[in-house]
Amino acid sequence: MTKTVTLTIDDQQVTVPEGTLIVNAAKMVGIDIPVFCYHPKMEPVGMCRQCLVEVGRPAIDRATGQPVLEDGKPKIQFGPKLETACTTPVSEGMVVLTHSEKARAAQKEILEFLLTSHPLDCPVCDKGGECPLQNLTLAYGPAESRFLYSEKHHAEKHVPLGDKIWLDRERCIQCGRCIRFQEIIAGDPVLSFYQRGRDTDIITHSDPPFDSIFSGNTTDICPVGALTTADFRFGARPWEMKAAASICSLCPVGCNLTFNTRREAKAGGKVVIKRAMPRQNEQVNEIWICDRGRFNWHYVEDPSRLTHPLVKKDGKLEKASWSAAIEAAGNQVKGNQVLVVASGRLSNEDLFNLKQLADGLGGEALLYDSLPGGELTTRYGVSAGTNLGDLGAGSAILVAAADLYHEAPIWYLRVKAAAERGANLVIVNPEATRLDKYAKKLVRCGKDEAAAKVRELAAELTAAENLVVFFGRTADRNLAEDCAALLQGREGRANNGLIGVWPRANDQGAWELGYKPVDPSTGSGQALAQAVKGKVVYLAAADPAGDDPQLAEALKGAKAVIVQELFPTKTASLADVVFPAQAFTERDGSYTSGERRVQRFYPATPPLGESRADFAIAAAVAAAAGLEVEGRSALLVMDKLAAAVPAFVGISYRKLAEVTEQWPIVGRGDLYYGGTTYENRQGLGVQLNVSTFKRSNVVRGRAL
Amino acid sequence: MMAHLLLRHRDIPDIGKLDVYRKNGGFEAFKKAVTQMKPQEVIEVVKASGLRGRGGAGFPTGVKWSFVPNNIWPHYVVANADESEPGTFKDREIMESNPFQFLEGVAIAAYAVGANAAYIYLRGEFWPVAAHLDEKIAEMEKAALLGDKLFGTDYSLRIYTHLGAGAYICGEETALLESIEGKRGQPRIRPPFPAVYGLYGKPTVVNNVETLTNVPLIVEKGADWYKSLGTADSAGVKIFSLSGHVKKPGNYELPFGTTFRQLIYEYGGGVLDDRPVKAIMAAGASSAVIVADDKALDTPMDYASVKALGADLGSASVIVINDSVSMDWVINKTIHFFKHESCGKCTPCRDGTYWMLHLIERIERGEEVEANTQLLHTVAKQMQNKCLCPLGEFSTMAVTTAIERFPQDFRG
Repeated sequence: MTKTVTLTIDDQQVTVPEGTLIVNAAKMVGIDIPVFCYHPKMEPVGMCRQCLVEVGRPAIDRATGQPVLEDGKPKIQFGPKLETACTTPVSEGMVVLTHSEKARAAQKEILEFLLTSHPLDCPVCDKGGECPLQNLTLAYGPAESRFLYSEKHHAEKHVPLGDKIWLDRERCIQCGRCIRFQEIIAGDPVLSFYQRGRDTDIITHSDPPFDSIFSGNTTDICPVGALTTADFRFGARPWEMKAAASICSLCPVGCNLTFNTRREAKAGGKVVIKRAMPRQNEQVNEIWICDRGRFNWHYVEDPSRLTHPLVKKDGKLEKASWSAAIEAAGNQVKGNQVLVVASGRLSNEDLFNLKQLADGLGGEALLYDSLPGGELTTRYGVSAGTNLGDLGAGSAILVAAADLYHEAPIWYLRVKAAAERGANLVIVNPEATRLDKYAKKLVRCGKDEAAAKVRELAAELTAAENLVVFFGRTADRNLAEDCAALLQGREGRANNGLIGVWPRANDQGAWELGYKPVDPSTGSGQALAQAVKGKVVYLAAADPAGDDPQLAEALKGAKAVIVQELFPTKTASLADVVFPAQAFTERDGSYTSGERRVQRFYPATPPLGESRADFAIAAAVAAAAGLEVEGRSALLVMDKLAAAVPAFVGISYRKLAEVTEQWPIVGRGDLYYGGTTYENRQGLGVQLNVSTFKRSNVVRGRAL
Repeated sequence: MMAHLLLRHRDIPDIGKLDVYRKNGGFEAFKKAVTQMKPQEVIEVVKASGLRGRGGAGFPTGVKWSFVPNNIWPHYVVANADESEPGTFKDREIMESNPFQFLEGVAIAAYAVGANAAYIYLRGEFWPVAAHLDEKIAEMEKAALLGDKLFGTDYSLRIYTHLGAGAYICGEETALLESIEGKRGQPRIRPPFPAVYGLYGKPTVVNNVETLTNVPLIVEKGADWYKSLGTADSAGVKIFSLSGHVKKPGNYELPFGTTFRQLIYEYGGGVLDDRPVKAIMAAGASSAVIVADDKALDTPMDYASVKALGADLGSASVIVINDSVSMDWVINKTIHFFKHESCGKCTPCRDGTYWMLHLIERIERGEEVEANTQLLHTVAKQMQNKCLCPLGEFSTMAVTTAIERFPQDFRG
């Protein structure tokens, strides 16, 4: 048990773990102490001096070592100086005054100093409306300045720090949060201070500049409008935008997002997405997202998107009504074995309905993105209660055949942090990765040797109390099995298990639903080319023809081709029927992350044209083929799914929307504290349990 | 006049040569410490001597050494040879002319706190001094006074010099440590103090050059002998760097308790142009300004007495100002200096020194002198007790005291 300390802050008694900083202890009971440089995810530096408070401690009699009493109560001694609440840990019997006359005066005076060098260009500043400096000035600052405006320090206002981030040197208050984030949290120390005193500037010294996949996070934690994104700057005012909860669709981490949207004239009065922001989920992405997740959602608004169904007539795809297209597709699939080929870009609900379609017609459902070992993760995968944030000393983490920094950046952050907390990180990879410098052991070997190397490491790794194994893109079947073998006997134990570093957001969902891999041993191209011959092929969110000319040729040999897609792909051009699908930003749904966490996303914008959700399209086609598949709403599909798939037992949309209190507290009225990351009020998701049925003999027996 | 204890080259011109230094008892104290004393005994002697830090803060040296914990290793000793306070030039003379006594002090301190490596941090402009010390260190290594298994014991020590890059702030001990580590010279938040979390996060003793130069004498001659010099609260001798309006500026090694009048008139040959002394800055640019009346002139220069004048002795860099100078001119200089040297880490210093500079410039231009003087005083007061390190606090000392004690100099 952690030792606790009881103290009084502004007449409120608080009991907090020993070592808690005053600023956080106050936060826990709803008392705001203004800060700029302090951030709850980073060690304090005490630079901005904004958080000065009065601190009193019980007077101790030197002779007896006992507290001095005054009227029966311990006498409290206040020091001559105010103390920074962000650097001072609590102590027993401490009395903190955050709003006393002396403390308020100091807080106001520091704000006056900060404002002497600030340009006060709020009306044209992107941060205006969600700016800690603006908010704290209103709450604590002076109403007018005694500093002459004409004597203000001037500096460059439009500095591209990299291609994604702009810096306004005048607005910067030198809190160093961005520098420290890059150095401590991201492990990409590419920013630093330059010059000194009033001339202190932020610079980047990497080539290319600001070379970090986490750079966007600095704009969230920048307490002023100094750092803005090239993508969003001058795009909208914060108060004009609405917020919609979502899940990032770009990798298997499943970062929680919030899309900010507004209706705007230049989009013809339509509601459009203006930016993606992180949404707190301490068990997934904490309060961070990578730059891919932040900036690479624009494909959903690409003008080439499909907006209406197409049916082939006389060898040419022509615009058709939904009913005509459904009928055409129904006629194609009815009475035929249907080969469903879908990718992990689709939601659980989509994949479930597509599989229903295949199963109902005696066909097969294949996952287009096939890596070996998918089914192993449904048995040896991490399960309920797992949080990479809990791993540290006593834990072991193996990363095999994966480059987490590039393939699943937030996992890189979390694994790096675990290693820094003392976890034994071992990396087996053919090439150098950015994670290498945090590893206790590095094994550099080719694909052929990897499995043997993992076997050699087995004794060391399995000695750890907790063991999490990542395997990725370049893994072969042998390596996947050897990784899984390490976890025998740990099935279902929190903070233990196998994690596939899949290429798509919901590949894990496909494995959980029983999708079969396209046999990777022969190369997916050849195997798939064989499989489609003479079949009715139903493709969803997959473009084999675009990926491989051989497959384009093979598809011509299929009996019929039906496609659900966002875009007019090469595969779509070969289809008999093409359905326009909704992007994940336009509909409800859920993804299952690589950590087997099922998480909901919500519609941010209205659907494009006549597009429909993939699960609904599949259900309609199934109905036309005489099958009964739920397609009315994603919520109802999930109910069916949960009833049918053991791992999903007990999961419902209501359950997925549950939240519990998270620390640090972010995203409320207190932007100054954690930044502009959104609070999670829409659901933390549910981590799957391991299927307890047929656990044996999945991995070939091997003496560990 | 008694023989010099620190500036011994003034009595023995070739003391900077190793053989001469050794002939005069050099390195006997180090040898005695290593071969006959336990580290704790060395600390006790220094504690008992009453030696206080000569860098400015005046913290008891032996007490500082005793803070080093014995459950975290390794330990380091760092000699602060940054000597960046305007008006201070004593450490340079020691290092140039009596280097071995200083190096012996470093070595004894290292032995006392169990350090096997010591660093001497010199300001960048001192590169010839560093080169000179490097030669002396090499000579010591050759003479087996540094290196492995010293004097046949298991104790090993190496000393390295390290040059700064031109920042006043690096005289502040935590900024100095950052600088040695190759980082920006900016102070760390304290606590933890360097004695527990210092160089590379390890227990570190940081002492001024002059402080360390006293140590061989204390170990050789004992605590009682040392205490007999100086005053009750300020034991020993001190080098006073005298500058400004005096006829003979320079370093004067005198016992604590010598009065300002003695320093200025007896040793310094009196005030330039024989004008009256107007003000004294006893701790360089960081000083509160002392009104040089008879009471002040007859005040003994020790830590407590100078404090009673509403000032600090600091590093005892005594700047004398005669009546030809107006105090607004003086603080214009100090504010310029501190604005230039502010590291920019904390808000009150970064923005406060910048603001003060603009105000004093307005005063110098004769713009609304009274209002701007009042605001300048307010801004300086507003900075006090809020800064991350002493630099910001020091930047206000001359400003507030000059305005309070010489109001006639701030009338338009």
